[in-house]
Amino acid sequence: MWRAHSCARHNTPTSFLKQTFAAYDQQNLADYPLTSASSIGEDKAKMRTTAALIREQIQSTLGAGVEAAFVTGKKAAGEILPSVVGEIPRGALTEIAGSASSGRTSLLHSLLAASSAGQEFCVLLDAEDRFDPESAAAAGVRLSQVLWVRCGGNVEHALKAADMLAQAGGFGLVVIDLGDISGKVLRRIPLAAWFRLRHAVENTSTALVVAAQQIHTHSCASLKIELSRNRALWRGQLPGCLLDGFETTAKCVRNHREQERRFTISR
Amino acid sequence: MFACLHAPGNLALLVECAGHFSPLIEETSPDTAVFDIRGLQRICGTLEKIAAEIQRRVGITANLAIAANPDAAVHAARGLGGVTILPSGREGDILAPLPTYLLGGSPEFARALDLWGIRTFGELAALPPLGVAARLGEEGAHMQQLARGDGSRQLRLRVDQQVFREERELEDAVDLLEPLLFLLSQMINDLCERLRFYGLSTNEIYLRLKLERASDHTAGLRLPVPMLNSKVLLKLLQLELKGRPPQAPIEKIELELMPVAPRTTQHSLFLPSSPEPEKLEITLARIRAMVGAANVGAPELLNSHRPDAICMGQLTTSKGAIPALSPKLALRRFRPPYPAQVWCTDYGKPARIFSPIGAGVVVACAGPWRTSGDWWTGGIWDHQEWDIEIQSMGVSRIYQDYLQRQWFIEGSYD
Repeated sequence: MWRAHSCARHNTPTSFLKQTFAAYDQQNLADYPLTSASSIGEDKAKMRTTAALIREQIQSTLGAGVEAAFVTGKKAAGEILPSVVGEIPRGALTEIAGSASSGRTSLLHSLLAASSAGQEFCVLLDAEDRFDPESAAAAGVRLSQVLWVRCGGNVEHALKAADMLAQAGGFGLVVIDLGDISGKVLRRIPLAAWFRLRHAVENTSTALVVAAQQIHTHSCASLKIELSRNRALWRGQLPGCLLDGFETTAKCVRNHREQERRFTISR
Repeated sequence: MFACLHAPGNLALLVECAGHFSPLIEETSPDTAVFDIRGLQRICGTLEKIAAEIQRRVGITANLAIAANPDAAVHAARGLGGVTILPSGREGDILAPLPTYLLGGSPEFARALDLWGIRTFGELAALPPLGVAARLGEEGAHMQQLARGDGSRQLRLRVDQQVFREERELEDAVDLLEPLLFLLSQMINDLCERLRFYGLSTNEIYLRLKLERASDHTAGLRLPVPMLNSKVLLKLLQLELKGRPPQAPIEKIELELMPVAPRTTQHSLFLPSSPEPEKLEITLARIRAMVGAANVGAPELLNSHRPDAICMGQLTTSKGAIPALSPKLALRRFRPPYPAQVWCTDYGKPARIFSPIGAGVVVACAGPWRTSGDWWTGGIWDHQEWDIEIQSMGVSRIYQDYLQRQWFIEGSYD
């Protein structure tokens, strides 16, 4: 296995890791020559397994952040946050809208989990005090890296705190959860407040995500995700019946282009 | 020249005695103190006279040794009774009969000497240095040097426990925050300068304000990391005093900073950026003043099955498995839970629900799950939970509290 101090012989650690990874890939190709058409699929699967194993070894030795060095042709982890509905842009505002039980909170938890897994600190501004740390921990959120601000139903406090924390910088993800605040209250928030928040995270690696029942940020948001529940998934019959999850449809609007994705939220 | 006093269980007395002769004192072990006596010959005279003076001052039965280097003095005081003066150049001869266990060293070193049959300082000193170094390494060479009474080192000086505290009595009582902050800034600057002089930082601030015709006002700040920025400390105190101002004019100010070792960090090339601790602490202090101190922090799960058993902790990095990208079912917890009226079927299954947040017919349900606990304390709970789907409300978790005989909506799955 390589060691971090080996990087000194190369211009940058990234270039070193890229070269090393390319060398390993070549070695793998040599190990699995494409001799017949039938074996192509098996060889590719073996190569993928080996590549994933090497990547895991590198990440466990040098940290999760090195993954970006191997990603070619895609945006690096510093520019986006991966999610089931697509890439969440950093340095921009993303709005997630949907009614109750549409999967907003599950999506927020998965974003918090992805961000905290990369050793980033996250902020959750909980306007109505709805966050359940137990289900967040079950979703893989590292709770010790999440700053939870309980605003007790005061939207103004949530927005002020979001502004202060976005200005302080250094967070990977700032989430404003306005999921149970009525539309009447949210419509009173001037558009300038959203612009101010968007401006605070511009040119930073912070992803700003707002969750509400309806779209309120309009042109401020780079990505708008509207969630709707298709059906709840139940398993078995009473008395052994169990809630298994939801089937949800996400309508993502980015740069005036609309894309629909379906996904399942499981227990 | 160095003097060493050795008396089992009397370190405080030895240090006090040494303090009469020199400010440079090393507490070598719980029964040994070494101090620097260079220059005393001009005051007391010969080494014998100095030794007699030290013996007279110590007042108890203690071994005393004087040598040109601290280690030789320590070994002589530990191994030879009474007063021993080691003239320069003859340390090896005097130390020669001492047993080698006085040298200390690792168990491997002691085992090697035992195997070789080396029992005294003199026997070890007589071995060829290159052979010892080849077989016992750096430690062996160093120990042989000590056995010969050679070598020199600096004393590991004893440092008195420093108290970083400032008090200021005011001629006229201060009743406004601005003049109080002016005084506090001077005090913080002085204390920070003192801390900087000793190479220390602080992570706790204690402020006590003596008030006119009222009980004292106290404030304590615990910082997540050691800091030494006087502006940051002043800002934190300002936010604390703004959030919880004193109830009467101030007559006296007492400020204490607790000293700790400064923060040292090694940044990683691959780790993402994190908030600056000083900047973050000020931001958090502002947010705490706005939403309340209990409402800000990193959530921590308590070791309990009680629903919503959490507390607030500090932000820290942690390690764990990399989670899957697919979302997991999450609960939006209502705090406090909404009371509800639930109509059940003959088999006890929820059929209809009416609550402040909605009402309707239950189209699907799962349960019941019985949870209870803390019956051995006052905080007993006893619930029967159901997951229900209502056409207009989505999927919720409800429970029947057997103690209150009341249904509640605990949260909604989202």
